[in-house]
Amino acid sequence: MRSLEQIIQQCSELAFDLHFKHAVNWKNHDASRILVGYLPIYFPREIVHAMNGLAVGIMGTGDRKQIIKGDAYYQSYICHLPRGIIEMALDTNFENFDGFIFPAICDCVRNLSGMFKLAKKGKFQRYFDYPQNFNPSIGGQFYIQELQKIVDDIYKINKVTLDTEKANSSISLFNYNRQLIEEIYSIRQKYPWRLSAVESYYMIRSGLAIPVEEHNLILEEVVEALQKDRGEQMDNIRVIISGSFCEQPPIGLIKSIEMAGCYIVDDDFMLGSRWLCKPVDDTSADPLNALANSFITSSTFSSAIYDENNSKGKKLVQLVKDRNAEGVIFSAASFCDPALLDRPNLQKACDESGIPHINFQYHENTGQFKVIKEQAGTFSDSIKLWA
Amino acid sequence: MASPHEAIKENSMILQKEMLGNLFKELANTKFSEKKVVYTFVPGNLTELILSFDMLPVYPEINALQSGMRKKSVEYIREAEKIGFSEDVCTYVKCDIGMMLKGNIGPTGESIPPPDLLLLSYTGCFTFMKWFENLEQLYPGVPIAMLHTPYQEDGFISQEQVNYMKKQLIEDVIPKMEMVSGKKFDINRLAEMMHKSAIAEDLLVNILETAKHKPSPIDAYFAGVYYIGPIFTAFRGTQEAVDYYKTLYEEVNERLRLGLGPITPEGELKKEKFRLVVEGPPNWTNFREFWKIFYDMGAVIVASSYTKVGGVYDLGFRHDPSQPLESLGKYCMGCYTNMNLPQRVDLLSKYVKEYSADGFLINSIKSCNSFSAGQLMIMREIEQKCGVPVGFIESDLVDPRYFSYANIKNRLESYFQMLDQRKMIIEQELVNHV
Repeated sequence: MRSLEQIIQQCSELAFDLHFKHAVNWKNHDASRILVGYLPIYFPREIVHAMNGLAVGIMGTGDRKQIIKGDAYYQSYICHLPRGIIEMALDTNFENFDGFIFPAICDCVRNLSGMFKLAKKGKFQRYFDYPQNFNPSIGGQFYIQELQKIVDDIYKINKVTLDTEKANSSISLFNYNRQLIEEIYSIRQKYPWRLSAVESYYMIRSGLAIPVEEHNLILEEVVEALQKDRGEQMDNIRVIISGSFCEQPPIGLIKSIEMAGCYIVDDDFMLGSRWLCKPVDDTSADPLNALANSFITSSTFSSAIYDENNSKGKKLVQLVKDRNAEGVIFSAASFCDPALLDRPNLQKACDESGIPHINFQYHENTGQFKVIKEQAGTFSDSIKLWA
Repeated sequence: MASPHEAIKENSMILQKEMLGNLFKELANTKFSEKKVVYTFVPGNLTELILSFDMLPVYPEINALQSGMRKKSVEYIREAEKIGFSEDVCTYVKCDIGMMLKGNIGPTGESIPPPDLLLLSYTGCFTFMKWFENLEQLYPGVPIAMLHTPYQEDGFISQEQVNYMKKQLIEDVIPKMEMVSGKKFDINRLAEMMHKSAIAEDLLVNILETAKHKPSPIDAYFAGVYYIGPIFTAFRGTQEAVDYYKTLYEEVNERLRLGLGPITPEGELKKEKFRLVVEGPPNWTNFREFWKIFYDMGAVIVASSYTKVGGVYDLGFRHDPSQPLESLGKYCMGCYTNMNLPQRVDLLSKYVKEYSADGFLINSIKSCNSFSAGQLMIMREIEQKCGVPVGFIESDLVDPRYFSYANIKNRLESYFQMLDQRKMIIEQELVNHV
């Protein structure tokens, strides 16, 4: 059995391989296999899996690639994520990808789908419209139609049909994947010193670039390894990070928060992998309907989804209570409209519940963390001393 | 030309001012008239449906732009930033929220009543959704109707999408309107209004297309924002709108007959030197200064995308009284910002060609991702497809902190010099060829 350190090392390499070598190797084993890239936040990877494909999460370049061409495509007041993705598209990073999916989370990602169309990248470029109507007979039906478009796109490439049995089997695998991830979060909630937020981040992000079967094996190993104590308990405060669901913070930023005396007991970094809060029915005669029903009834709260009763603030406060957290760090990418437009109301909800909070903004390639570390350190000290 | 301090106004502008003034008076008077008030958005608005219930629409983005023109927006934006809104986000949202926090005083100085219904028909702008979530906080307990408009992902509107829109209207939007207004939905009344909408839409298209003539009798961007006012807002489906567009069409036709150029705030433009197609919204805080840079250089905007945010009628869409609900759905989905990028490129290229434009210019808005994300690629595509010089300037909707007059003027002057030189070269080549 491998050590946890070895697993973490493997995951950190997989998570930030911007050429997606593991996924490409997987594809090369069988001519009918396809690679479908998808952007944040959530996409039901089950349907691609069931059709002999691998849905690969494209979470941006972070601070791992120099952006030259991408900056010529975007003004300075657009977030950083799409310029890195265009850079990868114009380079060779996606040359083995068959299609791309752009979930409906904001205008930038939406328009990026059009840029991929204009640049003719991949065999299909699909804007994946989330329904914002949560009546199953209206929004649920619309969601099924959106899924069907992707099924048709894939069929055109590899002629594989969506088989009910296979789809249910895929659903089952992803249910298990979400269950294992939640187990890791639960362990970290109790014993945050056993696995740092950075290590946890590597593990979950690596799952976006490899088949779910392999990721499940890794997660099983991690869950088992975490049963034993590891690391040393520190006098840290317990915080939740909110607002980092799309453009990802650089690893240095997460590290800085931890080093400043904060245990990150929950976050929305890899929200797509944790989007559905309950298992999807894996026995249905209509798997698309099962996925749609889960989206409508079991989605987590998110700035990308319309919240008619605007209960996101209440849900965040509840999460703070559930995780026994002492504060919230609002950490959003610069120019991220969904996160930044939600922030005042979320802060208000925290204020009303007496939950301390701070906020800052970042780019995925931010290189200076001193100010953030000081801010997080002061936040941690203030809670330890005065709360 | 007249003094730069006294804006020259056409009859249609005066008529429009009266119409808007009356609307704001009517809004201020709702506590006596007991008319219900619906807050909604311009792109994909359901004005006929709202009016068919005898309710009055309020458009927060119109309030924001009016605040920008009245130099009030910076104060409102700061108010919103004080409660936690980032400098990075949409300034329409911040201006609107700041205005509400400061008493919700409309452009006529009278208070705008709070909403009885929040109608979120968000078309082509994701931020609208976040905006309304914030309004829900400001007006707790007010009923909300959500109309999710699917994007034209495939470059066309499918029957499935139309059915989805219709279902939402029937099962969600209309029942809430009935509940709020206390009136039953009357499809015949809606159809009658749509008949009037279609007449006004025909007239608007005729007016905008006069810009194909040389010289153009209109400016389809700066003056265009006045032309679209009634049809994009509270008057579509009314006789007032039909009358307004008849008056405007007569004015424009008369200028066309006389071979005159567009009316600017300083009078008629005597010599049309450059014909441009413009993409992106204008800046509102320095609207007149901004316009002046163009007309001082003899530049006329012959077509623009901004005048299509409330409907691309020149592509043939008309509200259809024989299919009122389907037609409302198609209208919402057809607005410019709901078109995918290849569609936008095709439309703008068509404008450059059909309106014989000398150049294509983008006014990129700092806080509007719906327009701005992807514009640099649109610009490259247009340049390649149409072979005209392209230009790029940056400003903001209603945040004067992002309007740099000197920078914009400098860039535009360089751009116009480039256009000038190109014209000279083309003329010389023609002479040599002959």
